Amino acid sequence: MSIVLEIKDLHARYGKVEALHGANLKVGKGQIVTVIGPNGAGKSTLLAAIMGALPITGTATGVVSYLGHNLTGLAVEKRQVRGMCLVPEKRELFTTMSVLDNLILGAYSRKRAGERHYLDQLDTVYQLFPRLKERSGQAAGTLSGGERQMVAVGRALMSKPQLIMLDEPSLGLAPRITKEMFHIISELRKTGVATLLIEQNARAALQIADYAYVLETGNITLEGPAEKLANDPSVIETYLGLNKKHDPPAQPCLSAGATDPQNRPE
Amino acid sequence: MDLSIFAILVQDGVTSGAIYALLALAFVLVFSVTRVIFLAQGEFVAYGALSLAAIQNHQAPLTASMLVALGVLTFLVEMGRTLLQPELRLHAGRTGAVYAVKYLLFPLAVFAAARLLAPLDLPQLVQVPLALLIVVPMGPMIYRLAYEPLVEASTLVLLIVSVGVHFTMVGLGLVMFGPEGWATTAFSDARLEVPLGAEQLVISGQSLWVVAIAALLIAALYVYFTHTLPGKALRATAVNRLGAQLVGIGATLAGRLAFTLAAALGALSGILVGPITTLNYASGFHIGLRGFISAIVGGLASFPVAALGTLLVGMLESFTAFWASEYKEVLVFTLILPVLLWRSLVGGGHVEEEEEE
Repeated sequence: MSIVLEIKDLHARYGKVEALHGANLKVGKGQIVTVIGPNGAGKSTLLAAIMGALPITGTATGVVSYLGHNLTGLAVEKRQVRGMCLVPEKRELFTTMSVLDNLILGAYSRKRAGERHYLDQLDTVYQLFPRLKERSGQAAGTLSGGERQMVAVGRALMSKPQLIMLDEPSLGLAPRITKEMFHIISELRKTGVATLLIEQNARAALQIADYAYVLETGNITLEGPAEKLANDPSVIETYLGLNKKHDPPAQPCLSAGATDPQNRPE
Repeated sequence: MDLSIFAILVQDGVTSGAIYALLALAFVLVFSVTRVIFLAQGEFVAYGALSLAAIQNHQAPLTASMLVALGVLTFLVEMGRTLLQPELRLHAGRTGAVYAVKYLLFPLAVFAAARLLAPLDLPQLVQVPLALLIVVPMGPMIYRLAYEPLVEASTLVLLIVSVGVHFTMVGLGLVMFGPEGWATTAFSDARLEVPLGAEQLVISGQSLWVVAIAALLIAALYVYFTHTLPGKALRATAVNRLGAQLVGIGATLAGRLAFTLAAALGALSGILVGPITTLNYASGFHIGLRGFISAIVGGLASFPVAALGTLLVGMLESFTAFWASEYKEVLVFTLILPVLLWRSLVGGGHVEEEEEE
């Protein structure tokens, strides 16, 4: 398996406060890697640092290596052109523009690179999210939270990325839509795209992931194959909930997590 | 006031309104894409009109030399940045060649063209593009030199830089064009005489040109922003800068594009008003300010409202010039007070709306 993304000793700080104390992480081709952890552990900071999209006050040091190239110092758009895509927690849609325009702009860098069929992913996106086709003419800002999330993921897919990074894709979504979203993410793996998934909904994330990291207060405290982590007593206690201790970790958890209203994210 | 005077004032108001509309569009475009309040917008009006006036007087405008100087400066800055960064230094030869063509060869070619063509008797169809070719490329170069290093700075810092750019350009304008005022040849001397009751209303051909070209440009910009990918990319940057970067639209690229368009709109406005008003090196600022007021009426955000604001400003100006000419400026600029008051009262909800996303 070839390595798509490898980060070594990545530190990120906002002013004097260090939010990430040297993270190491690898994502392979066609692999779903998840980073779970509590609020404020530095998960979003990790993704922003990888993408080069930290706010002005933030700085990152360490090595971010993508397909063997060191990305240090490159601007966000230069990283995107190389096939990395971030779907941020706040979605960052073009709210006053139509859904279709949002999707078309997702393929902007491919058009600029001179690709003639730069919109060839549109059908795939519409197949994954038929809802977006119905709403293609509507302004993105008028959509519901779930639909906005679909636009954000769809916009990322339009660029045909090799690495897609998702920040809390289930945030604010209804349980049924969360389940759909995770199903789509696991489907994406078949196209060979590498996925780095950040989730508070640890149960659902561990279900679909191949490998997992636990991030706590800026340190990676635990890592291993997702199945192994799902059975790890400390992970079960902290992230999966005590009442589920005796459940087998496989299929039933997803359905339970998807229907149980107590498991609703946020 | 009788009907014919009223009609003349309306004609005046619409004509200047059309010019302010172009300038207001430029203000809104630059501000929404780059957060720069581009005070030097008006200088492009003066530079455009005065460069054209020089060409019509069979002189190569000194703005052509300024373009070469700006080009050399931009080239040095770009090369310095390329050589300082190890990753960029790898391709220094190739990027250097691109920069040399863009910032050295192109300005020199324009300079040579201005030198060669200016002494000849040119048709206006050649004079106008030549003037535009000299003035418009200054827009992206000024952005590169003054604003691009400050891409993350606050609006206030960018405004202060704008004040600096404005004074520098006015000063250079005085050096290049001298303190006299110039007028350019009208596009057409035709006059349209419309019978109006007992009297006749005379519509000047130049006014028609101004309104027609402004309307055409606005329509073209509308199509550009709604139907082409680069136009949509500019709008996307205006709506959400981080979102735009995430899909690969660089903030600096969008900024250069916005400044090119703004410079073109400014220079064209200057060329359009040139035959109607006598302009000198400093008068661009006054025209630009009215475009700015119109843009404020539109909240620096909405194109259609800004365009309506321009008509209001144009009309107000022409009617106050008739009724209370010594208070003309005061009254036009006073318009900003009720607008700002209203905006600050209604504005609270607007900010919350943005934060919600």
